[in-house]
Amino acid sequence: MATQAIAVSAPRPLTLGYYARIFRKETQYEFVRMLRTRAFSLSVIGFPVMFYLLFGTSNRHNMFARYLMPSYSCMGVVSACLFGIGMGIALERAQGWLELKQASPMPRFAYLAAKTISCAAFALVIVAALVTMGVTLGGVTLTAGEALKLAFVVLAGSIPFTAMGLLIALLVPPNAGPGVINLIYLPMSFASGFWMPVSYLPHWLRIIAPALPTYHLGQIALHIFGYAQSGSMLVHWEALAGFTLLMLGAAWIIFTRSEAKA
Amino acid sequence: MSATAVLTQTTTAWPTPLSQTRTVAKLHSVTKSYGQTTALDKFSMELRAGEVVALLGPNGAGKTTAVRLLLGLISPDSGSVRVFGRDPRDADARTRIGAMLQITRVPEMLRVREHIDLFRSYYPNPLPAAEVMRIAKLDGFANQMFGQLSGGQKQRTLFGLAVCGNPDLVFLDEPTVGMDIESRRALWDEIRALSAAGKTVLLTTHYLEEADMLAHRIVVINKGRVVCEGTPSEIKHRVSGRRIRCITQLDPEFLASLPSVTDVQQDREAVVILAEHPERVVREILLRDETLHGLEVSAAALEDAFLALTSDSNPAQA
Repeated sequence: MATQAIAVSAPRPLTLGYYARIFRKETQYEFVRMLRTRAFSLSVIGFPVMFYLLFGTSNRHNMFARYLMPSYSCMGVVSACLFGIGMGIALERAQGWLELKQASPMPRFAYLAAKTISCAAFALVIVAALVTMGVTLGGVTLTAGEALKLAFVVLAGSIPFTAMGLLIALLVPPNAGPGVINLIYLPMSFASGFWMPVSYLPHWLRIIAPALPTYHLGQIALHIFGYAQSGSMLVHWEALAGFTLLMLGAAWIIFTRSEAKA
Repeated sequence: MSATAVLTQTTTAWPTPLSQTRTVAKLHSVTKSYGQTTALDKFSMELRAGEVVALLGPNGAGKTTAVRLLLGLISPDSGSVRVFGRDPRDADARTRIGAMLQITRVPEMLRVREHIDLFRSYYPNPLPAAEVMRIAKLDGFANQMFGQLSGGQKQRTLFGLAVCGNPDLVFLDEPTVGMDIESRRALWDEIRALSAAGKTVLLTTHYLEEADMLAHRIVVINKGRVVCEGTPSEIKHRVSGRRIRCITQLDPEFLASLPSVTDVQQDREAVVILAEHPERVVREILLRDETLHGLEVSAAALEDAFLALTSDSNPAQA
């Protein structure tokens, strides 16, 4: 008969290699899935690229060509994480797919890690695209060290915004997701100096800006190129770390509550 | 409706499983409510090694809740859930379990082959990918994106995900929904093969025919309680009444008082009568109502069977 080959399996200890394989496959397929989902990949990579072509290259002889490179990179990582994690998890939760994964022996951490790493990879693609355009079309000169530092900051920035995406996934119903995320992320980007330096913004926005996580990420990235406002970078790192803990804590409380209710 | 086919099906008797004594999963006096609704009410059930158990009931009976409890996706309000002697949330228990759930959509931009490859990696001891393709009959569309599949192909892929880890215990929640007859029968063969290989299978369904064809044991569930439990032939014996449908001027009270009538329901302009001996009832009503028309007599559909099983006159409820 067809299924002769199936034999009753004896439980086997779970090795490190087993976990490593899960992490690798989960990440690999998550990235492929995001890339093939054009609504996601085209908008997340396309928007910063398009905006840079519009506003970066047209300012090729002043500071903006250089300024918008790190600032749009930050915008890219924020949108990749909020849409990738926030929408991704909310949809999979609503469709029952997450439940099938939860019933499987896959560790929950692998699921989150795969999504985070995939979003970070998208952010790196955005950085690479912006740096390439900056150098070729924007007339920007930068050192390899600066480019690497920018990539590192953007990677680090994926952690706080993954945490925020997770909280959004738990709070926002999936059909309202895109609207809500845009309402959060576009004003936040503007008020944090992703479109123009914070010093150009109206006074009241300048006061609000330090309360936004995007502002702190932006300042760290702009610092590499000498455009940060004065002050210690340590404060910005601390702000991002605190924000991450706040988001994860809130997500944890909501998740355990919903699980207790389930 | 397939109502006639349902009860006239005769099945070859299943051999009794060899290791009937070993309990692999157990729900003990489990109560689970969602707000005001009680999904399960002091519900108890046991799965023994190598048997196929069908959890049979109408929509909203609590079948899926029972499966979700056994998978550790939800926790009971009271009572206990054990799988392989452990909490179902235990990772060791989960590596020995496969599940097919009612899912609206899975990530559509992954190919069938990729989904299988990914799920195989979750298990320490998976079946070879080619084996999974063959068992779930995925060969024809392994390279298609999940989003492009037909309903039946999607169900087969989900079945593939359930068995790819070579689990000892398989949960199949309404596995044949959306499948054509041919795929359905092919899946039935595979479920029998799982059982022949010593796997334990819990199947939920609202098709009496499906439970009849596959299960060693049927647990009929309604409103969160066990209505009755037994081998397919025992269950069928209990719902052997017939269904009479006609348009008549006779009083429902009177119809209910006729010999062997267990239930009378109004269905738009017609009445539906459930009776153990339909011939006697039909003879009586034809005599008394000359205007009677639209007469149909058929085997009781499952819904009728539930009415019969759950009505107050049913001794099982006493």
